[in-house]
Amino acid sequence: MFVKSYEMKVDFSSIFPQISFSIFVFFTFVYYRYVITKADSLNFTDLLWKVFITGLVTTLISLGIQGFFYVFANSSIIESPLTINFFYNILAGLVIIFMVSTFVVWKRLILYQKSKNLLQLWWFFEIALAAALIFDFFNNEILTPYFNVAFLVLALFSLILVFNLKWVAYLNFRQKWKGILFIILSGIYLYHFFLNLSRFSSTDVLVINLLDRVFVWGILAFLFSYTLISVLVTLFNLPTSSVFEQKLKEALDFQKLSQAAPQGQTTDQTYETLLDSAMSAVFADAAWLEVIDDEGKRQMIRNLKDNEIDEIKSKIENPIIQEVIQFDFKSELNVNKLSGSVKASNYKSIIGLPILVKGTQVGYIVLLNEVSEAFNREMVSIVTTFVNQASVSLENLFLIKESLENERYKEQLKIAKTVQKSLLPTSLINNDHLTMEAFSMAADEVGGDYYDILEYQKNKFGLIIGDVSGKGTSAAFQMAQMKGIFHSLARQGVTPEEFNKKANLALSQCLNKSSFITATYFDIDTDSNTLQFSRAGHCPALMYCTESDNVEYLQSDGMGLGILRNSSYDNYVHGNTVKYREGDILVLYTDGITEAKNPDGEQFGNDRLKSSFETHCSKSPNQIKEGITNDLSDFTGKIDIDDDYTLVIIRFKDMKNGRNSEGKKG
Amino acid sequence: MAEIAKEKKDKVLLITVVGEIDAGSSIFLDNALKEAMDDKEKFIAVNLTGLEYISSAGLGVFISHLDEFQNENVKMALFGINESVREVFAILGLEKLLKITDTEEEAIESLQ
Repeated sequence: MFVKSYEMKVDFSSIFPQISFSIFVFFTFVYYRYVITKADSLNFTDLLWKVFITGLVTTLISLGIQGFFYVFANSSIIESPLTINFFYNILAGLVIIFMVSTFVVWKRLILYQKSKNLLQLWWFFEIALAAALIFDFFNNEILTPYFNVAFLVLALFSLILVFNLKWVAYLNFRQKWKGILFIILSGIYLYHFFLNLSRFSSTDVLVINLLDRVFVWGILAFLFSYTLISVLVTLFNLPTSSVFEQKLKEALDFQKLSQAAPQGQTTDQTYETLLDSAMSAVFADAAWLEVIDDEGKRQMIRNLKDNEIDEIKSKIENPIIQEVIQFDFKSELNVNKLSGSVKASNYKSIIGLPILVKGTQVGYIVLLNEVSEAFNREMVSIVTTFVNQASVSLENLFLIKESLENERYKEQLKIAKTVQKSLLPTSLINNDHLTMEAFSMAADEVGGDYYDILEYQKNKFGLIIGDVSGKGTSAAFQMAQMKGIFHSLARQGVTPEEFNKKANLALSQCLNKSSFITATYFDIDTDSNTLQFSRAGHCPALMYCTESDNVEYLQSDGMGLGILRNSSYDNYVHGNTVKYREGDILVLYTDGITEAKNPDGEQFGNDRLKSSFETHCSKSPNQIKEGITNDLSDFTGKIDIDDDYTLVIIRFKDMKNGRNSEGKKG
Repeated sequence: MAEIAKEKKDKVLLITVVGEIDAGSSIFLDNALKEAMDDKEKFIAVNLTGLEYISSAGLGVFISHLDEFQNENVKMALFGINESVREVFAILGLEKLLKITDTEEEAIESLQ
């Protein structure tokens, strides 16, 4: 568009074409800068491809112009300054587009690894180029002294900048070849454009001659030299590129190994990665890896048959490697001693490395090469770092696994605790016959304290206190069984002896071998003021008698449920009957109370419990409960008791005599 | 924590338990008794002089072997139990099922 626009003003002063030219350069620059910097993910070959394509398109158009001049070679139309200028300006536009786009790409490559100095230098270079654009307003013809100085400055900048070629190292072998091809082609385009421009400049009808511009010469010098140098450098880098690729791969493998845990790999995946990275790091022809851990013994094999492994194992002479493959590695890791020769049929060189996790050997890795003395110290070092990194990852994996299991266990405990709580009665009996108070506290671990009461018939109550031997989820499970037994037997109104015999029979079927349950079953008849009980291995209850004003343990023989799992258990069951009066108090508890320890390791014990009860026995059940728990925490010196403990207080009332006595009082 | 030692005295296997037997350490006691069964021991005396505390899990170990001992005709006696531990055995009714004596001599004698 604008080429045409200044075309119409051919005869105007020379300043106008220069302005248009500068504006065009500026906007092309801005455009390419935007397009090429925007594409963050572009890799080097893509960038070079862009240069190549832009060059191809612009060159094809310029060839079209050349064709036009060729076809009309004898026509007067090409003699006309208007035509010449028209085509020359199109050509100039194409050249600028190609040069600027290439310039921006080179810029990106040069600044691939930025440093402060480099950025500054580049900045100066761009300023100098901008200055050159302004300089060109003064129409200094080529080869005049001013022109030469300005050109030399730009050329100097170019010369310093063109040696920034770090990006070449990141190309792999194939990419380097591609790069060389693209760069050479872009050099050819550039040369082609240069030839075209100089052919035109021989005519003196041009409104603006690009080759009179120091800006154009500067950019040309930069582009040509960078093309030349980058081709040469890439070419010389070709032989070493495999080494660089190898190192890059090692770094990536290393990263892969270190990220095993965060990426949720399994241990076996880590071992596989280790084996493959170790093999490629030392150019091994074959290898195997053996692990023995919680998941059992595993072997991972590359390019070997089982019988070959056996053969190699038998032919290892290096004593350290022998230790390693026998999972008997005790020596210090010494890089010099872990590689050696082996006289197996196919393989001559061997590396044997132990895999150590938390200081113990969990496995080993053996790498083989067909050539003798194929492994050097550096290779062993690299594999050692791989193995070490794998060990760290494995350790992390174990830790994650452990904490997951812990988490699962905690979750189960939470459920068990909820279950356990729900098994205890939500409401207690408080009526004309008895007032009752209960307190149960479970420690961190789920305990197995159980109590329950049930009015199986009018004025007749079944009462139980028990303690299951299990902990955690099994405790909750056993408690549930006990509750089932209690509710089915108590409802039938069985005697305490019958209860224990039947409960033992039932539990014998379902408790595991080392578990048992202690319990005491009480039958309270409030019509006859009788308390019957049978003790099945549970700690004896305490009873306060108003008449004698005395506290006594309700001693009785008895055996825990589930200890003897045949009918001979019945011989150990004893029943007892106690008559109670108004105001008598029964205290049931679990061994968490008597076995609670003070800081000196002394237990609270039966005597302290008894005397604590004695001091509080004249109070209400709730106050007695408070009193005993306070005495207990005073003794242990802490609010929380480690074990779980339960306290049940029942105060009896006498329906007939009690009312009478109250009546007498009143 | 508990330390468990085994020693053979003539026909009698002497197992000495020192420390506390809780849910964790009860496994060692269980292993000791299992090994005794594997070794076809017929007379076992357990020295509990150094036993400070036994949890229900520890008691469960003794209980779980009762049947087996009876079937295999293995005799076991416990001795040297301190008062508080003995009370635990008594409350549970284990005194009636296990031979419990004061001294080692009495224990070995009771096995014969």
